[in-house]
Amino acid sequence: MTPTDYEAIARDAGLERVGARPPLGAYLAEMWQRRAFATSLAMFRLQAQVSENRLGLAWIVLRPLLNAALYGTIFGIILPRDTRPDGVAFVPFVVVGVFIFEFFSKSFAEGARSIVGNASLVRSLAFPRMLLPVSHIVQQVLELIPMMLILAIIVIGFGQPITWWWLLIIPALILMTMFNLGIALLAARLTVHVRDLTQVIPLVTRLFFYASGIFYSLEEVLADQADWMLKAAQLNPVHDYITIVRDLMLEGINAPGWMWMVATGAAVATMVVGIVFFWLAEERYGHD
Amino acid sequence: MTDDLGKPTVVVDNLHIKYKTFTSGKTAAQNRSLLTRQRGIKVVHALKGVSFVAREGESIGVIGHNGSGKSTLMRSISGLIAPAEGRVFASSRPALLGVNAALIPRLSGEKNVLLGGLALGMTPAEINDKFDEIVGFADLEEFIDLPMKNYSSGMSSRLRFSIAMSRDHQILLVDEALAVGDKEFRAKSEARIRAMREEAGTVFLVSHSMKSILDTCNRVIWIDHGELKMDGDPREVVAAYTESK
Repeated sequence: MTPTDYEAIARDAGLERVGARPPLGAYLAEMWQRRAFATSLAMFRLQAQVSENRLGLAWIVLRPLLNAALYGTIFGIILPRDTRPDGVAFVPFVVVGVFIFEFFSKSFAEGARSIVGNASLVRSLAFPRMLLPVSHIVQQVLELIPMMLILAIIVIGFGQPITWWWLLIIPALILMTMFNLGIALLAARLTVHVRDLTQVIPLVTRLFFYASGIFYSLEEVLADQADWMLKAAQLNPVHDYITIVRDLMLEGINAPGWMWMVATGAAVATMVVGIVFFWLAEERYGHD
Repeated sequence: MTDDLGKPTVVVDNLHIKYKTFTSGKTAAQNRSLLTRQRGIKVVHALKGVSFVAREGESIGVIGHNGSGKSTLMRSISGLIAPAEGRVFASSRPALLGVNAALIPRLSGEKNVLLGGLALGMTPAEINDKFDEIVGFADLEEFIDLPMKNYSSGMSSRLRFSIAMSRDHQILLVDEALAVGDKEFRAKSEARIRAMREEAGTVFLVSHSMKSILDTCNRVIWIDHGELKMDGDPREVVAAYTESK
């Protein structure tokens, strides 16, 4: 008995291999077709989160506010005054930093869990996996809207004027969203390969927290250090997004023009690398 | 090959599936060392070279003991697990319907219907059109606003079945989903599966209920310890399987 040539049968009947990763263009087109899945998932998750807590939606704002209050108090007392930027109100400075950083850290943490944490969904339904990290980013953007409103109220309350410059916050945050998406995609795939990374993510977040100058001015703190240290610290995109938003909202902070270039370059590069890196392993998700 | 057979819809070619699992206990303790990277990892060879061709209008029962690899076979046919070796070909993406296929437990049935439909590639308008039909088929009108975590296992499997059946599938894989429903629902869904088979679709049905296999299937595959033990007429295969127990 000759062994049956199954491949030839499949070829003759015009069958295609199941689960084959489509080319990038087709993959992105399929994602676009199913975009409603990502946005509805984000909305529903947000609603569920709101209805489970007594204070509901308020927590989205309360959490970073409490963080800001805590860090503001502790570091306001223990750090010397010359670590603060000159001529800037300290409270709005810290609050902007904490709020914008929260957008990064939650995107990073949720993105990293988006495949590992949705294993049952991944194992039971076939859809482009990238929709899961994307839906987490959509959720973060939805949460960012009330946060930015409260932020504006606080900043105005502390006597900062509203200017036309505020409009530029929108493109700045769009760039940051692209950057966050890239980071989320990288983290989503890496945690699938090495589960241990989920243990390290809070540590990495903390590192970014200190390196981004949330409650002190990097420029002041590193003023006496070697020149390259400040240069390196300023190349951190998270620092640049925060500084740009501070520049737009607060008086006395200036983001040099090249920060916009770093912000744009990092956004595009991280997003493209993230998308390709995530797509390359499409067939592996849900395997282990 | 004779010509009166239908057109092939699924071809499974020498399929091997391996799971990597972390073991604990005796096997792991024996070679425990921080330096070896593969600490406590055991490879489970779940499927060992399964091959067959499924055709239009066939409804194939898949039987075997617990842990024999039936569910693994279903998952890999639907493309949810990548094979270690071998390939699966299909005319269109097979849809898997399983008991473990939890959607999102803390959301209401209504929202799960929406999400499930969207994930299957329907547009929001299509889901809106079919919403009443889906809920009606599952018989869950009263409970559709409750979170799915409050559903009984029968209720949630009924809802999942209705969601999956709401879209026209060429190839449907049903993994013991019918076993949990009540008698009335089982009859209704078996009728639906037969109707689908007549529309030249292909259905795979994993079940431990030989009655439901004999009632709905016109071909049976017996999987034993990851290998295809028998493939053929339902009566013969079921008889051989029952005898082996």
